Amino acid sequence: MTLLEAAGTSVSDRLSVTGTANALELRGVSKLFGALAALSDIDLIVKPGERRAVLGSNGAGKTTLFNCITGDFAPTTGSIRFFGEEVAAFPAQERIRRGLRRTYQISLLFSGLSVLDNVYLACCGVSRGRFSFVRPRRNDALMASAENLVHVVHLDDVRDTKVSDLSYGQQRQLEIAMALSGAPRFILFDEPAAGLSPTERQELIEILTGLPSHMGYIIIEHDMDVALRVAESVTMMHNGQIFKEGKPAEIEEDEEVQALYLGGEEGLGHG
Amino acid sequence: MALVESTPASKERDARQRDWFERIPAGYWVVCIALLIMPAFASDFTLYQVFGWSFILGMISLSLMFLGGYGGMVSLVQMSVAGLAGYMVAIFGDSAITDISLGWPWYIAIPLALIVAMIFGTIVGSLAVRTEGIYTIMITLAVAAAFFYFTRQNYAVFNGFSGFNGVLPPNLFGVDWRQSVPFYYLTLFWAAVAYFSVLYISRAPFGLALQGVRDNPRRMAALGYNVNAHRIAAYAFAALIAGTGGILLTWQSAQISPGTAGIGPAIDILVIAVIGGMSRPIGPFIGALIYVLLKTFAIDVLLSVGLSGERFQLLIGLGFLAIVFFSPDGLLGLWDRWQDYRKRDPLLDRGEDRL
Ligand SMILES: Nc1ncnc2c1ncn2[C@@H]1O[C@H](COP(=O)(O)OP(=O)(O)OP(=O)(O)O)[C@@H](O)[C@H]1O
Ligand SMILES: [Mg+2]
Repeated sequence: MTLLEAAGTSVSDRLSVTGTANALELRGVSKLFGALAALSDIDLIVKPGERRAVLGSNGAGKTTLFNCITGDFAPTTGSIRFFGEEVAAFPAQERIRRGLRRTYQISLLFSGLSVLDNVYLACCGVSRGRFSFVRPRRNDALMASAENLVHVVHLDDVRDTKVSDLSYGQQRQLEIAMALSGAPRFILFDEPAAGLSPTERQELIEILTGLPSHMGYIIIEHDMDVALRVAESVTMMHNGQIFKEGKPAEIEEDEEVQALYLGGEEGLGHG
Repeated sequence: MALVESTPASKERDARQRDWFERIPAGYWVVCIALLIMPAFASDFTLYQVFGWSFILGMISLSLMFLGGYGGMVSLVQMSVAGLAGYMVAIFGDSAITDISLGWPWYIAIPLALIVAMIFGTIVGSLAVRTEGIYTIMITLAVAAAFFYFTRQNYAVFNGFSGFNGVLPPNLFGVDWRQSVPFYYLTLFWAAVAYFSVLYISRAPFGLALQGVRDNPRRMAALGYNVNAHRIAAYAFAALIAGTGGILLTWQSAQISPGTAGIGPAIDILVIAVIGGMSRPIGPFIGALIYVLLKTFAIDVLLSVGLSGERFQLLIGLGFLAIVFFSPDGLLGLWDRWQDYRKRDPLLDRGEDRL
């Protein structure tokens, strides 16, 4: 079965590009849906280990940006470099195997499987074990890391529960656990805090701030309070374009931003 | 991780693992023992023609269930894969057509036949995975039709219309495997191997991932899986099961010809899986038993009430309609609903799920 697996780059290859390169480097990325330009000419650079928040009104193109980065669909034009390697032509799974992860705004989980099986599947996906015909043993390393991730997102109590029986907040937690599987180098979180209770939100912030410092991420977040606590820089999007980048404090005080975004929509400050 | 290993939940699982045989419901033991001691009271005809044939058709249909139930890909090519494996044992091994048969020993002919069947299944799979839903059915049906006409017209290798007769199992251990009792145990053994492999693999990473691919291919790609490679690997595994069934089928009637793997039989395999239910690997075997019983005894029943014996297809068709109408998930679905019904508290829960 190993023949079916496309060969990944070797570790030394990866290290050589990792040294100096940006975690993510987008140049001129555009995405057209028919006549609608969901993204137009996006340039974006994120350094290794950097934590970035992306803000923008509904339909600004944030999720589309994630979809282009992960390969859920191909950008119409543009170049995407992941730790120095051009990945725009790669299928999604090749990007994932290079250490990119994501969560989905609307949970995409395996509703017929248990919580642990969902995370276990995520752990297998980036390992050679994914074609294994042998059931996991009790001391299986992948199963152990899946159990550990379930623990990290506080889902121990519902470990063997079917995903369809979980609460909304628990499903969001599970999304996070799946994005943390394997050895991620960079993670894209698509509105992980949306719809969470204040307690769940607090737990989420603790998980995010507790990630190892080399693990950079981009988080899409409507709630400024959350965004400011988990990110060190902010990118503002509007109509498929980036119109502001900077430190959280600068963004908050920027008049243009306030006019367009913070003042424009009610209740955003409180989620 | 050390934290996790010492939780009470995992200790509980240890206990469950130790007593796995205690967790198997009594009904399973009854079925198991009944199947094992069947030759003590069943007639030769029942053993060979009813059970032997049911096990074989169940296996071929199981390969369809594996692809359809776990992989979401309904493949009508499984009977052709089985037929090809049957042809290959006739060609590599012995048959009455000595001009074509190579007469190689069974320990070469059988593995070769299975390998050829797997290659064929893999190639068809790699075409079919580019399509979805109805198109998968169409493309696999097209391949099945092409296989039928090709074998019927090719005389150099497949011996055309008449195919091969005199294809016999090897006299391993000095047993004549076409005697009813040995044949019963032979087919029971391989059906059980196929059944338990599918059951086992459904919970191994490969099987879990296949179900993931069925439910949400996009998410699977975003977890690092190569969705199409997974689907193709499933076709290869299904071909191994179908091929094994095909070799047994060829031995049962001692012959293989284009009609064995025609379009009718290809669709029958689907009908069997649907009647039994595609949600669990036992479904195809239940479906196969019912199909074989109908096919074997419907003629007698029809004749006794003064109808033409030809009408047994009509009975199968009506049964099929009734089952699909009342339970989209076949007899397994009916069974599950009956179980749910029994478990409900009649005072508190009656009719709850209708609300
Ligand atoms: N698959 C698609 N096909 C067609 N149009 C799409 C598709 N996905 C997104 N769009 C359009 O692209 C634009 C950007 O959508 P996107 O989902 O990226 O916005 P967003 O910033 O994530 O918004 P939200 O805050 O609501 O999640 C929208 O106008 C949307 O209708
Ligand atoms: Mg979005």
